[in-house]
Order: sequence, then C-alpha cells, then structure tokens
Amino acid sequence: MAHPTCQTKPVVFTPFNIICGIILLIGGVITILRFTKGIGAVTNLDDNNPWGIWIGFDLLCGVALAAGGYVTCATCYIFGLKKFRCAVRPAILTAFLGYALVVLALHYDVGRPWRLPYPIFFSQGTSSILFEVALCVFLYLTVLFLEFSPAAFEWLNWKRARYVIGKISLVLVIFGIILSTLHQSSLGALFLIVPSKLHPLWHSGYLAVYFFISSIFAGMSIVIFEHLVVDRFLHDKIDEEHDIESRNVALGFGKTASFLMAGYLMIQVIGIAIDNDWKYLGTRWGLWYLIEMIGFVGLPAVVYAIGVRERNLKLVQWTSFWTILGIILNRLNISLVAFNWQLPLGQKYFPSWMEVMTTVFIITIGVVFFKVIATRMPILHAHPDYPDDH
Amino acid sequence: MEPDYNTLQEFVTHTKGVAYLLIAVALVALPVFWRFLTDRDDKKRTF
Repeated sequence: MAHPTCQTKPVVFTPFNIICGIILLIGGVITILRFTKGIGAVTNLDDNNPWGIWIGFDLLCGVALAAGGYVTCATCYIFGLKKFRCAVRPAILTAFLGYALVVLALHYDVGRPWRLPYPIFFSQGTSSILFEVALCVFLYLTVLFLEFSPAAFEWLNWKRARYVIGKISLVLVIFGIILSTLHQSSLGALFLIVPSKLHPLWHSGYLAVYFFISSIFAGMSIVIFEHLVVDRFLHDKIDEEHDIESRNVALGFGKTASFLMAGYLMIQVIGIAIDNDWKYLGTRWGLWYLIEMIGFVGLPAVVYAIGVRERNLKLVQWTSFWTILGIILNRLNISLVAFNWQLPLGQKYFPSWMEVMTTVFIITIGVVFFKVIATRMPILHAHPDYPDDH
Repeated sequence: MEPDYNTLQEFVTHTKGVAYLLIAVALVALPVFWRFLTDRDDKKRTF
C-alpha cells in the first residue's frame, strides 16, 4: 500500500490561498464590525425577522450537512458494514469542523460569546427545545473532538493516548448517534412553536421526523460529495485502499439515500394529508413546495437509483451534490422563505452582503482547516503504525 | 372544492382516511422502488 507523503515544495501564493486570504481578510473586518458596532450594523435583521442566514444556513444547513459523521459511524460500527470504514475519518473531520463552525456562527448571531456557557451551566431553560439543542450540540461537539482525536494522536505519535481513546471509541460512537438523533430532530421540532408564521405546507406535526430523516440522506450525500472533492484536490493524500473503498461507499450510500428520500417523500405527502393542506398546492407557495419536493427530493432519488443500478459513480456523486442543494433549499425554506409568509414582500428579510460574506468567511475557515488537517494527519490514508485501525 | 366539516371528528375521520390510503400506497410503492434499486445487485445465497 502506498503511503502518501508531501514531497512537493510548498507554494504560498496559489489561487486557493489567495482567494481564501481575501475572504478571510474581508471576514475579519466584518467580524470586528459585528462585535464593535452591533448586529444591526452588519445585518438586515429586524423584529419581524430575528433569524437570518446565520441561523437558516450556517446553523440549520451546517448541522444537517454535518450529519455524515454519525451516519457513517452508525453504518460502520453499529451495523457492522466495515467496507465503509475508509469514509469514517473524513466524515468525522467534516462533522467536527461543521459543528465547530455552527458554534462559531452562533456567536455572530447571539453576540456576547462569554455568555456561551450560560445555557448549560448557569441558567438552564429546560422547558425550551433550544436548551436540548444547545446541550446536544455542546456534548456532540465534545464527542466529535474525541472521535477525531485518534488521527491527531497518530500524527503526534502519542501511542498511549491513542490506545486509551481506541478503547472507548465504541462508547463514543453510540453516544454520538444518540445525541445526533436527539438534536437533528429537535431542530425541526423548534419550528413547531410557529404554526401561524411558517407556511402550512412546511409546518407539520412531523417536522422533527422530517428533519431527522432528511439529515440521514444529507449526511450520506455529503460523504459521497466529499470524496469527489478530495479526489479532485487532495488525490495525492488518498491511499489505494481508500480509493477503492470509496467507490463502495458512494454506491452503498447512494442506494440507501435513494430509498430514504423515497420514504421521506411519502411521509411528506402523508403529512399534507393529515393536515389537509391540499388546497395550498394550487398556490404559488404550493408550486415552490412542489419544486422542492419533486425537483430536489423525488428526482434525485430516482437519479441516485439509476446511478446505483448502472454502477455509474459520477452520476451518483453529482446526484449527491443535487441532494445537498435540496437540503439547503429545505432548511432555507423553513427558516427564511416560508417563514413569515404572510408578511408583505417589502417587510420580508433579505440578507445583507455582509451577512452573506460572513457565511462565506465561515465556510472558508472550514475548508482551510479541512485542507490543513487532511494534508497532515492520517485522514484520507492509514497511518503506517495503525493500518487496521483506520 | 373543500368539503365542509361540521365537527372535529368529521375532519379527523376524513384526513386519517386519506392518510391510511396513502400509507397503503407507500407500503406497495416502497418495496417496488427497493426492487428497482437492487435488482441488479449480485445475489447472495443465504441458504
């Protein structure tokens, strides 16, 4: 087996570094503005629209797309499908960075970062779903850090720490899955409280179920798409085993995602029937809902199925990107587009360029950290001392 | 045309009735979709 090493002379001013540098610079300036001038100076938020894209995209989409960690761990360690083992570390790294950036984004929205420990340690609002979300994210971020740590210990050659963490890995996996199940669904349940604000086609008593099920195929899709990206940009860091197994991962996850999406579509229809919301389907909101459900759930499910049947890896990989767009659309519809749907257009929220730039800034931090870690630590390849533990 | 419901029971009876029909459709459609998804897989003999 080949063990990739960094043999080329590092070049500082690559297009990637220059673009990231510019984004980080602009993001840094906006960060200073946000924390010195207040939230009103950089956002278009108001009393009607207190949650913008920092919650709708950074938090809701971030958590959904970080679901690859628990989905892959469950597949590999709970269901025993060891052929998906190569996907575990990249998925955990993505999930860890994803959740860390969710917390970072939350700081921008909430402000006063020194108050972050309050909901957990000082003033627990146990009657609020947000408390459960906060507790789960706090605990799950810790679990993800511990799940990621073996790669860091192998890189640092801390054999004793690596041995100890290896002994508790299954406990961490189980704990992580429980926490994910809780907060992925709770993020949907959060919107149960706003039946008059959220459009009836998106509001349902099954919101928690919708969020949980969609997080599973979102997680699978991000794992598939992630390999497409690392194969394109970090190919020299991928070892032979990872390269071969990733095809199984894409086809296996594509098949499961396809079936789950079909099931998700069915329960969405049943949800409409239970609430008797058929009359809304003939409106413009109904058209938008059908575009989301047919264009970004039904069709990708069928294309995934065709890709899996034909063993067409590229088709499956690009369908994963399509599915990711669908998840983003769903979360944005629920938190922004169909939220406050009865407000006149003039009072609707549209993000300022600084809000968008902050989101781009946060994503860029994630991409840079992923690249820095994946090029140094045994994420996409096995460490020579631990060939079977990868 | 939206039917008139005079009581909550009428409403729930109607919506639950439609939901149960849809569940029956799902119970038929999902196995068919699964078959479409897997019929080209290598068959494993388990006996």
